[in-house]
Amino acid sequence: MLPYITLLLACQLAGEVTARLIGLSVPGPVIGMVILFALLLLRGGIPKGLEEVTRGLLGNLSLLFVPAGVGVSVHLSLLASEWLPISAAVVVSTLLTVAVTGLVMSLSTRGSKR
Amino acid sequence: MNGPVERIWVYLATSPLLWLTATLVAYQAANWVWSRCRMHPLANPVLLSIILLVVVLRVTGTEYRVYFDGAQFVHFLLGPATVALAIPLYRQVQSVRRSLPVLLAALCAGSITAASSAMLIAWALGASHETVMSLGPKSVTTPIAMGIAEAIGGLPSLTAVLVMLTGITGSALGPWVLARLRIDDQRAQGLAMGLASHGVGTARALQIGEVAGAFAGLAMGLNGLATSLALPLTIHWLLK
Repeated sequence: MLPYITLLLACQLAGEVTARLIGLSVPGPVIGMVILFALLLLRGGIPKGLEEVTRGLLGNLSLLFVPAGVGVSVHLSLLASEWLPISAAVVVSTLLTVAVTGLVMSLSTRGSKR
Repeated sequence: MNGPVERIWVYLATSPLLWLTATLVAYQAANWVWSRCRMHPLANPVLLSIILLVVVLRVTGTEYRVYFDGAQFVHFLLGPATVALAIPLYRQVQSVRRSLPVLLAALCAGSITAASSAMLIAWALGASHETVMSLGPKSVTTPIAMGIAEAIGGLPSLTAVLVMLTGITGSALGPWVLARLRIDDQRAQGLAMGLASHGVGTARALQIGEVAGAFAGLAMGLNGLATSLALPLTIHWLLK
């Protein structure tokens, strides 16, 4: 178990260092994800231990969002003063995104069936 | 002012133990409520825990900074968890290869729509610069979205809240949109749900079916990657 926790942290560390070296504004953990993905492709499979560590981490993924989310307490007045643009942007944009993505994907798959 | 209760409170207020425990208790309480509400999207456990903790902080007059000193131990795990998203992505490698061109077209169209429509609507309705920037990565899974927000001059903590609201909106109303447009291909349904509303949408897509769930998880990962690569560069280029 410990080697795989170390592997996750090492990938993240390598990602953070790479992000700063290249000067790209991509989050370090995202580059870490690409590094781990490449390692898995090279290895050609997911080690059992890594799968177990990941299950624990991703199984409680929602919990990890809570501390940052509580930061809304700092922005309550901002949310109250800009509630209209914020709620309109979130609702309209989300439904539009579902529609556009679904249509492009289904139109092309309908085309490929013929 | 120096009674035993005050002394205990002074101890608890300076130790990370109290707010770390409170975070775990609030989350499990919220999860219990969510299962009692038959996992109704509006009873989202993250939303409920946040509301609960914000109320407790208000009532006890605790600053967010003090709360975060304790809760940071949970927050830190977001980094390794993001790295771990490579595993579900790797599992989908075969189905991606098969429908790659179609998938990339839908991914591009969806990613651009998600970021640009949110930012344009907010900007047109007079939102502040920071709010517009915080809305850009709203469809991306939280750990990635917060990093993007930081990179483009948004507020990561505001983004975390907007991402949650986006997830709840998509999982509640997304299936209705798909039904109205008569999109019945599970690959398209899943890709749309996962791209527009990340993990919360992926959870909803899994209820539609296994294929929809797999494509939703894939869309969540790829949209996170695409947006984190393209959005900061586009914003820096536009604002130059």
